[in-house]
Amino acid sequence: MKHLITLALGAVLALNASAVEYKTIAADKSKVTFQYKQMGVAMDGHFKKFNVQLNFDPAKPAAAQAQIDIDLASVDAGSSDADDEVVGKAWFNAKAFPKATFVAKQIKPAGANQFEVTGTLTIKGKSQDIKFPLKLATQGNAAVFTGGFVMRRADFAIGEGIWAKFDVVANDIQVNFQLTANPGK
Amino acid sequence: MKHTYTAVAKLLHWGMAVLIVGLLALGFVMTDMPLSPEKLQYYSWHKWAGVTVFALVWLRLAWRIVNPPPHYPDTMSRSVQLMAHLGHFALYGLMIVIPLSGWLLSSAKGVQTVWFGVLPLPDLLEKDKELGHLLHEVHEALNFVLLFLLAGHVAASLKHHLIDKDDILKRMLPACHTPKDNA
Repeated sequence: MKHLITLALGAVLALNASAVEYKTIAADKSKVTFQYKQMGVAMDGHFKKFNVQLNFDPAKPAAAQAQIDIDLASVDAGSSDADDEVVGKAWFNAKAFPKATFVAKQIKPAGANQFEVTGTLTIKGKSQDIKFPLKLATQGNAAVFTGGFVMRRADFAIGEGIWAKFDVVANDIQVNFQLTANPGK
Repeated sequence: MKHTYTAVAKLLHWGMAVLIVGLLALGFVMTDMPLSPEKLQYYSWHKWAGVTVFALVWLRLAWRIVNPPPHYPDTMSRSVQLMAHLGHFALYGLMIVIPLSGWLLSSAKGVQTVWFGVLPLPDLLEKDKELGHLLHEVHEALNFVLLFLLAGHVAASLKHHLIDKDDILKRMLPACHTPKDNA
């Protein structure tokens, strides 16, 4: 009997260990931010609205699925002037292209609680494959995923016409995210 | 007894005069522009020049303490001399307070001031939209006071030169040695 209980307990634990699949995002503990340089000045921005579809078992990263859709009109680029400007045609053209999307194609383990993510970033009708490191930290039941990458705004025609040169607004944009996910069934 | 300003004092006076007139013009032009790369450039140049004035005014005050300016002529009454002192005191005050208010407003607006795009000035305030707006108003109001005082400053120097026919304007001119200096 004792053995049976131990066995059952062991089985449950084993099941738990392999079945932590993070699925739902805690929006209040998640953020997507970006940094850019304007006339040599570091500027911060973030997106207030984004949607994440996630299916991630740290033990089986190859089977993981992840997609993030960012509502470009929810941008906070540092000032109301900048917000109005950046949703316009020359930048995001958010009316015609309301969302920026990232779809993970491959998630590979890269050390303890670290992964390497490859996927496709699509903004303003233009797609590009990107690769970036992903870190995982557990907080109680939840998992906190952090990562970031540098994108070049010119690759996505973000900032056309008078803004196309990089002397005022730099080409490199650092994008960072922190996503807190809870296990789901 | 010297009757003219030192070469350094003259250089600082005229150099800062050019900077300040440029800053005023740029300030009024850039705030009315629609958003464009030029607007962002003008804002940066305005800040760079403003920080330069802020740095130079301390140098100028230090120089003034070590090398006191020539006295006013006896032809000026006590009360007129006092007015002149007060006017110059206010101009110095504004040359400190106006750049400072610009620095603070940049901080409150969340756009750090980076001198010539190279030297970052610490942000003295947290980003705060309301405060940023208020400081903008203060910055602008102080500049109207400056415009008023500058008009008085120029008018007074011309009055000395054209009506009183004394050395007050001449002793600040670049290549001036008053006859008394050579005496």
